[in-house]
Amino acid sequence: MCAKQVKKAPAQVETTGHSWDGIEEYNNPLPRWWVWILYACIVWGIGYTIAYPAWPMLTQATQGYLGYDNRSAVAAEIKMFDDANAEIKAKLVAAPLTGIAQDDTLNQYATSAGAAVFKTWCAQCHGSGAAGVQGKGYPNLTDNDWLWGGDVEAIHTTISHGIRNTTDPDARYSEMPKFGADQLLEPTQIGEVVEYVLQLSGQEHDATLATAGQTVFLDNCAACHLEDGSGDRAQGAPSLNDAIWLYGGDRQTITTTVYGARYGVMPAWAGRLSEDEVRAVAVYVHSLGGGA
Amino acid sequence: MAFLDKHKAIETHATLLLVLSFLVVTIGGLVQIVPLFYIENTIEKVEGVRPYTPLELAGRDIYIREGCYVCHSQMIRPMRDEVERYGHYSLAAESMYDHPFQWGSKRTGPDLARVGGRYSDSWHVDHLTDPQSVVPESVMPKYSFIADNVIDGRYIAQIMNTHRMVGVPYSDEQIAEAQADFAAQADPNADTAGLLERYGDKVTVSNFDGTPELTEMDAIIAYLQVLGTMVDFSTFTPDPTR
Repeated sequence: MCAKQVKKAPAQVETTGHSWDGIEEYNNPLPRWWVWILYACIVWGIGYTIAYPAWPMLTQATQGYLGYDNRSAVAAEIKMFDDANAEIKAKLVAAPLTGIAQDDTLNQYATSAGAAVFKTWCAQCHGSGAAGVQGKGYPNLTDNDWLWGGDVEAIHTTISHGIRNTTDPDARYSEMPKFGADQLLEPTQIGEVVEYVLQLSGQEHDATLATAGQTVFLDNCAACHLEDGSGDRAQGAPSLNDAIWLYGGDRQTITTTVYGARYGVMPAWAGRLSEDEVRAVAVYVHSLGGGA
Repeated sequence: MAFLDKHKAIETHATLLLVLSFLVVTIGGLVQIVPLFYIENTIEKVEGVRPYTPLELAGRDIYIREGCYVCHSQMIRPMRDEVERYGHYSLAAESMYDHPFQWGSKRTGPDLARVGGRYSDSWHVDHLTDPQSVVPESVMPKYSFIADNVIDGRYIAQIMNTHRMVGVPYSDEQIAEAQADFAAQADPNADTAGLLERYGDKVTVSNFDGTPELTEMDAIIAYLQVLGTMVDFSTFTPDPTR
């Protein structure tokens, strides 16, 4: 149809009768295929506004003949997938946490579902491979070095309630004193205890200062970090006698930590994630580096 | 196409052309303008949404200034993948005090409509300072300089007044105390009774950036941490006709 229009010689084309300096304005009709598509769109548009929610009226928009709405549609879709997994989710929530790893079906579901939850909600801090961010206070979850306990129940509690957040009253909480900022220790004492911590963790240190630092350590630090510096998971006190450090184990960083303390925060997930999701991700994290 | 040829009759008749043009403009105007007069009706009533505190409002201005909206949307659409990833779909009421709204349509980064409470304050400091230090896969630029910009909220009352002009219900008291509230929210040792009374108990008071100075970093983290947290969805029943 449109080819037919092009074939016309200019002289045969109808003009509007307007003429400027001998230049005439053609009056070509719109190509018919175009016009019919326009009409079809108008008809389709009218039909659409009748079938679906469209026109804003005084109190709400027209609801549409088909009764479609986004909110019910998304709720139905989510319910469909929830229902498909309902049985295994119920099992996961009912099973004792320590028994999940022994049940092959549950374990397989929990680790796959947990990995998905981890990548969505946890990876931003703990890394997509769960190795954390070294030296920045985001713990590595793939080793068996835990602040608050590495068995599956402890991990579950930590994920559910978080650490030092203000939203969950059951959040894990401990507060290392700011030994320097609050002037609990003299600067010389801090220097000594840092040398002792370096000695504990098997690093290069000043032996004389470290000996003096031992007294400072036993008086001020051992209550939480224990006398041998192995830490206390009940209080979230990290072990100081290994090479694994949350914020860094060099002299400068340890000094900063003793001076101003560190208060890492983890959000509580019990409100955002369902219990089966929390359990799944707990099992997943436990499978990475958990212990007994 | 005889019908289409009839336009000559209109084009050669000035009065008719004028009358018909006026008719077309009137219809177009009615369709576009009239709904704006009852747009309030389209926002469903929900509990908990409040105007931003002065510090959050300042953070929002930094968010806009730095063009965060160019890569981050703030609207979770009612689709399963978005609801599963970001949380409950956004409600109109949640952005009713946003002028302009930050819904956006471009997601180079993730949606931020419910980023509040999802990460710790110190994570936000690390992430804004050097995003790749915590998320190696990220392509976000560094915004470390905002930690150096000390702010005191000297113009925040005027900004709140401007927002009041376009419909945000800030009270005279809120505007009068704006600068005090601005400073109090970023200082855990401050007397925050007034701030909490004016904006509600759920307001987060924290030294957001961990440094003694009140910087733009404090403001933007205060803003990010409140996003999407105002409505308690455990008590919310969606109206399917919305």
